[in-house]
Amino acid sequence: MDGNMEHFTQTKSSARADAASAPIKVDCQNIDVYYGDKQAIEDISLQIEDRSVTAFIGPSGCGKSTFLRCMNRMNDTIESAKVTGKIFMDGANINDPSIDPVLLRSRVGMVFQKPNPFPKSIYDNIAYGPRIHGLASGKAEMDEVVENSLRKAGLWEEVKDRLPAPGTSLSGGQQQRLCIARAIAVSPEVILMDEPCSALDPIATAKIEELIDELRERYCIVIVTHSMQQAARVSQKTAFFHLGKLIEYGDTERIFTNPEHGRTQDYITGRFG
Amino acid sequence: MSSPTEGTANTGSFVTEEALQRLKKRHGAEARFKLYGQLAIGIAIVALVALLVSIFGQASSAFSRYVLSYDLNIEASYVDPDGTRDPEAIARNVSGFNLMLQDQLADEFLSDDANRNLRRELYGMFTRLAVLPIARATADAPETIGSEQIFNVALADDIDLFLKGGVSARKSIEIGTVAAGDGSTEDGVTLTLASQDAAEKLGAALTELTRTDVDDAPAVALIKAGNTWYRMEASEGRNLSLTYLAGPRALPSEGAAIEALILAQSQENRTVTDRQIAWTKILQTQGRIKSVLNTSLFTNSDSTYPELAGTAAAIVGSLLTMLVTALLAIPVGIFAAVYLEEFAPKNRLTSLIEVNINNLAAVPSIVFGLLGAAVFINFMGLPRSVPLVGGLVLGLLVLPTVIIASRAALTAVPPSIRTAALGVGASKTQSVFHHVLPLAAPGIMTGAIIGMARALGETAPLLLIGMVAFVAEVPDGPMDESTVLPVLIYKWSTGAERAWEPQTAAAIIVLLVFLILMNLIAIILRRRFERRW
Repeated sequence: MDGNMEHFTQTKSSARADAASAPIKVDCQNIDVYYGDKQAIEDISLQIEDRSVTAFIGPSGCGKSTFLRCMNRMNDTIESAKVTGKIFMDGANINDPSIDPVLLRSRVGMVFQKPNPFPKSIYDNIAYGPRIHGLASGKAEMDEVVENSLRKAGLWEEVKDRLPAPGTSLSGGQQQRLCIARAIAVSPEVILMDEPCSALDPIATAKIEELIDELRERYCIVIVTHSMQQAARVSQKTAFFHLGKLIEYGDTERIFTNPEHGRTQDYITGRFG
Repeated sequence: MSSPTEGTANTGSFVTEEALQRLKKRHGAEARFKLYGQLAIGIAIVALVALLVSIFGQASSAFSRYVLSYDLNIEASYVDPDGTRDPEAIARNVSGFNLMLQDQLADEFLSDDANRNLRRELYGMFTRLAVLPIARATADAPETIGSEQIFNVALADDIDLFLKGGVSARKSIEIGTVAAGDGSTEDGVTLTLASQDAAEKLGAALTELTRTDVDDAPAVALIKAGNTWYRMEASEGRNLSLTYLAGPRALPSEGAAIEALILAQSQENRTVTDRQIAWTKILQTQGRIKSVLNTSLFTNSDSTYPELAGTAAAIVGSLLTMLVTALLAIPVGIFAAVYLEEFAPKNRLTSLIEVNINNLAAVPSIVFGLLGAAVFINFMGLPRSVPLVGGLVLGLLVLPTVIIASRAALTAVPPSIRTAALGVGASKTQSVFHHVLPLAAPGIMTGAIIGMARALGETAPLLLIGMVAFVAEVPDGPMDESTVLPVLIYKWSTGAERAWEPQTAAAIIVLLVFLILMNLIAIILRRRFERRW
């Protein structure tokens, strides 16, 4: 993990200057996903850039969440799911049997559709990940990790006086930021967000979007969203999925102004989906 | 629906006659179902109240008991004939103490020429083992030998029952004073009442209490004149011919008050004789009969005498059995549930196991008893009647209940908690033990304790593994012969003497208290965990 931190600090300054041509963080090659006999993802290849926000859009059931979950092997927890293809992250194929999904998930954090804080204190919510991965030795170091994570998630000022209060006592938007802080606490490199704002009101959504924009400077973020405006606001790259296939992938600006495919055009203009 | 100004105009358009009819029907149906629900609750409450009232009503008499406070002269010749003052020998010399009590009672209540039957009647007022605590107390303090000590001697169950108002319907009346007494206590006394009214009052009471539906015998009148008790054999006008029962042998003096105790049943039909009643009454007048808390109900073990029988051995036996049951059923049940719910692949084998667990929960408990007898006793060679075997059988019995309750509790934990834990890089085991199990704990606890409560009340399987044995000693451990509360209740309820009835009810209350305690623990545990999580 120390290596990763170094990596971040080293590249931080250059990331700002050179966001457009950031290196490839995740390279997905020929991914197929089956749920039992049903094929959910058909031969998707996609390259995700580091230190940028990539949005997945598409109608319900198009496979965007399933594809997102391939990147931290969350699909392993679904018994009937079968994933084929290769996903390279920093040169290593994460679908390789030698890769432990548990370790992978500490490098690829995830934020879910509904805020799902543990029914524990705010402090313990953040400290849980670092604790099981042994990222902090001693109380002081752990306090620092918790404070840093909450600061990065923009929640510190709101909760610093009530860290022992249960995480579930926060408002929906705060809970979602708590979940983001929890994901950040294990110092991941990639953060996957599965419709993180779908259960939030517009004000909370605006805060999360602001936060995503800030986090982009340090992390590779992939976000699944149903809101076209959100994708346009926060992402640099957008991928449009339909019926388990990747229809179009490119710079967000181009996708929203000048899509190559008719289907993409239809979807973003609201003609279907 | 509509604003007041345009109300009537709009009403007709959508509130048609049929719609109103349907609405009325729906409201009627709602009211009916509400009524059914309230009726059901009402029936349940009435049944519960009836049960509790009947049990507590019956048991109330068992929680107190009558004893004779008796000045006993501890004579060395009876209790320590060898003069060794050895506590063990003294404690074992129950018959010596018994003889001493009997002789001292005879000295006080009987003339020297009293025959065996009279003696037996007197001794019958006390249990043979009533001297047991006296023997123990004397053994603990041998220096008391030779001095006079006051002891509470337990009265026989029938006398106790009589004092508590049982044995026979009765009525006590005052019938004026003595006008004249004639005859002798040996050959019969003739007593003349002072007034004709009193004689009529006595006659009326006798007729009132004569119960032709119970037996053909007329009611019996026991007459107390002065301090002497007689039985009335016949009456003619104001003259009563009496037989002496107990008390001073002097003829009743003129002007002495007369009381009559009318008993519905003659002594052939009851367990307490007329003379025993007379003795009891005399002792009561002397203030020597006391009602004390029946501590022996909790401190004694089973006995063939209901007045000495207690639940101590059964309580300890039940606790030991529950301990074994808990040690088997709770960990095995929880781990089975966790594996099936969280780790097991969903295939044909696991669904077969699931179906069978559900089926096992419905297997009659007596079948588990047979299984226990066959496997633990015959095959594994464990001893009969021990809490270990009982606990194992009950553990198997409640295992499916615990598994089902634990699985339900695990299923109720939202999947988002699992994904959240996995999302920060927890392993499957970590997500289960750090997050899912603690959240499911209150439900699992409740299920486990309800299962234990079921095991606590279980009788049938324990009968089959021999836990119905007569156990007079508190068991020392799970390999010691013992019995359990429900079996004790079953055994006591089959006792022939009337005194077992309140005793049984009292044991039921002890069992209920245990069950309520367990449920209380379940509630407290649930509350604590819910606050923490």
